[in-house]
Amino acid sequence: MDADLILTPNMDRPDDIYADLLAAHEGLSKAESDALNARLILILMNHIGRRAVLAQALQAAGAPETV
Amino acid sequence: MNKIFEVPLYPYTRSADQDAVTPAHHKVVIVGAGPVGLAAAIDLAQQGIEALVVDENDKVSFGSRAICFAKRTLEIADRLGCGAPLVDKGVQWNVGKVFFDDRKVYDFNLLPEDGHKRPAFINLQQYYFEEYLVKRAREIEAEGAPLELRGGNKVTAVTDQGDHVALTIDTPDGAYTITADYVIACDGAASPIRAMMGLDFVGRVFEDNFLIADVVMEADFPTERWFWFDPPFNKGQSALLHKQPDGVWRIDLQLGWDIDKAEEKKPERVIPRLKAMLGDDVEFSLEWVSIYTFQCRRMERFRHNRVIFAGDSAHQVSPFGARGANSGLQDTDNLAWKLKLVLEGRAPEALLDSYDLERVHGADENILNSSRSTDFITPKSEISRIFRDAVLDLSEHHAFARPLVNSGRLSMPCTYDGSPLNSPDALPGGPARTRPGSPCPDVALGNAFLLDGLGDRFTLLTVNAEAPDSLTEGGIDVTRLALSGKDDASGALAARYLGEAAAAVYLIRPDQHVAARWPAYDEGAVRAAIRRATGQEMQ
Repeated sequence: MDADLILTPNMDRPDDIYADLLAAHEGLSKAESDALNARLILILMNHIGRRAVLAQALQAAGAPETV
Repeated sequence: MNKIFEVPLYPYTRSADQDAVTPAHHKVVIVGAGPVGLAAAIDLAQQGIEALVVDENDKVSFGSRAICFAKRTLEIADRLGCGAPLVDKGVQWNVGKVFFDDRKVYDFNLLPEDGHKRPAFINLQQYYFEEYLVKRAREIEAEGAPLELRGGNKVTAVTDQGDHVALTIDTPDGAYTITADYVIACDGAASPIRAMMGLDFVGRVFEDNFLIADVVMEADFPTERWFWFDPPFNKGQSALLHKQPDGVWRIDLQLGWDIDKAEEKKPERVIPRLKAMLGDDVEFSLEWVSIYTFQCRRMERFRHNRVIFAGDSAHQVSPFGARGANSGLQDTDNLAWKLKLVLEGRAPEALLDSYDLERVHGADENILNSSRSTDFITPKSEISRIFRDAVLDLSEHHAFARPLVNSGRLSMPCTYDGSPLNSPDALPGGPARTRPGSPCPDVALGNAFLLDGLGDRFTLLTVNAEAPDSLTEGGIDVTRLALSGKDDASGALAARYLGEAAAAVYLIRPDQHVAARWPAYDEGAVRAAIRRATGQEMQ
């Protein structure tokens, strides 16, 4: 079902993607990093776009054992 | 200062009621002559229901106060016969600009939909709104409508006697007593009636202070709504600039929680703040300064047998979104026709419970929207500020973030989804915006407008459909308004009332909300819907 959050491996190059995330934060202060994370979350939320999927994502992030 | 503040519009005069041996009886007593109380009185009286308005004062309210009146309010004012002077005097605006820190992040245009008689919003000082309502009240009074305004009359006691209400009223000549079939308490957020009846008014307090300054200036700012998040002239806070008639500008500055209110209201504190915002070279004078805090709350129920609360006495919201006075007008719009039918014995008293249901629903919608705006404008935690700032940063470059910017979701009329007065939607392919419970959207019909044709009675609107010109069911007269696709070349009538359907029949309530709709006239279904819409089939 396409309304389901994907919680199985789905990134094409996981190590590279993870390294990109850390690289984006390199040299930033805590405040700058927090702001970057917030912008990133908003951009990804818009990309996903659907409340039902995002609600599952919030649930998974807040209490990983319940999803 | 505008002299309208000083003119007594309904000065105290001694009434015969004060010399009556037994208390005089009135149909409806309305407590409070603000926008909501006056609208209720005009609505009832012009439909022949006797309405007495009592207010401890005798003038319009002091200061601009509510300044943003939404289209639905103007449409209601049209039905009351005073929409034109409001719109003629008001300032119309469509463009808004949003600033963050020292830069403009984006602007928007409300781009009002075509085919509506009234604009999306006008800005107008509350005192003008009240003045025009008082004028209209005087006008219908002169034409013989049963309406009376008593200034200098302060209600000091209210007792619900089951089948009537007794009121004790204090005047410069001493106290007197009257009785009423119903009382509508339109006595504001601090409602003395609510306090006298010991009723709760619970909700959420927002720990923030806002300075309102009305300034008169000859500035070349455009007629736009400007909103600042965290501007250099009010660091860490918000600011709003909005134009009113007569060269008056509303400036709203968030001040934070720990402030000395008396100190902040002094011109020597206010003027430097305004100069920092407007620039040193702008000449202005202060017309009115006020500091407000706000709460988002409502009464648990708006109807307490024969005492019915409307407007701020029943519910209170933050000012963001202009949902105070506008929702109060929707309260009386909802209540007046129901009270009329009940008083005339044409509907059961239970119909009044639908006022409670529908307007509590409206209040909850307003409280939700205004709380969300407030949380965006004044973030309550570090992380909410981080997200808020991220939204604003992104909004400068990416359109997707702009719908998240919340400097007030401007008042829209509420759809009464789930109301017991609605019949199930029976129009396949009908537009969602005109489903049962919805306020009717206007449509231009040549030189006329649809809403003006709906008036304040039950209407059977037919589009490309046959139906009798009138019918009566359970004491309710319904008049047909027959339209066809040809009446509106723009296609708006079809878009708003047909959708994918070829024809439609709508039953429309006196407050211009849809009660039921079908693809064709079905007498049995229409009669059942009329009974349902008037509480004759309520459980």
